[in-house]
Amino acid sequence: MSVKPDLRFDFVVDKTKHSITVKREFAAKRQLVWDCYTKQELLDQWFAPKPLTTKTKHMEFKEGGYWHYAMVMPDGQEFWSRQDYQAINPIDGYVALDAFSDETGAVNPALPRARWDVGFTDLQTRTLVTTVVLYKSAEDVQKVIDMGLKDGLASTLERLDELLLTKAA
Amino acid sequence: MANNYLALDSVFHALADPTRRAVLQRLGTGPATVSDLAEPFDIGLPTFMKHVGVLESTGLIRTRKSGRVRTCVLERRKLAAAERWFDEQRAIWASRFENLDNLLEQLSGDERET
Repeated sequence: MSVKPDLRFDFVVDKTKHSITVKREFAAKRQLVWDCYTKQELLDQWFAPKPLTTKTKHMEFKEGGYWHYAMVMPDGQEFWSRQDYQAINPIDGYVALDAFSDETGAVNPALPRARWDVGFTDLQTRTLVTTVVLYKSAEDVQKVIDMGLKDGLASTLERLDELLLTKAA
Repeated sequence: MANNYLALDSVFHALADPTRRAVLQRLGTGPATVSDLAEPFDIGLPTFMKHVGVLESTGLIRTRKSGRVRTCVLERRKLAAAERWFDEQRAIWASRFENLDNLLEQLSGDERET
């Protein structure tokens, strides 16, 4: 494994606009990065944070199509989501509507959906990916926070961190 | 548990306002009286008291009155819950991107070989 170059990573929460903006550079050509974001067999190899894995049930990358996938814990617990593609401009960007779902792909109506605006820009030999996650209101963000801290991925990862700390001690 | 859930419900709403965020930031350095807190802002005291009321009802601050002076104290644990969620989100993205770095490196290597 070669030494990673210094890759820019910004994570900015804008509480007045109820949005999260994530910027990250990648040491690869734009077409290759685009493929990793839009092809199932590649998405499955990176989208879930460690130690979870990604499992796709349905993927149709076109306007009106959607990606239905789960992030799977080492113990088998699954967190299902889906992204509905609203606008696609290869290889500049796409817009998707994010949702919590179940295993059948049915969207959970009790939880708010966020709009994902994903843009790809050339930076000489690198590619900059900008993801803006936009919620409709501050109340929507609060609902997601409450769910996340109670039963969602955030609380699960936190428990996992605690477990790892216990094991390390 | 149910109470805790309800209280958390409006923390984000409280944090969405710049005046309230500035008040919390100031209280992060220690307790302060309402008049001291209001001083930097060009708004009337009744309006400012509404902001204090929102912060108190969400549990982000506590206030106590002694004579004519009301003092505010930051409730750090309440604030920490929302901040914790953002930290976790940041960690999720960071880990996901490290995976993507490795995949891109592998794919770039494959491209060069073929």
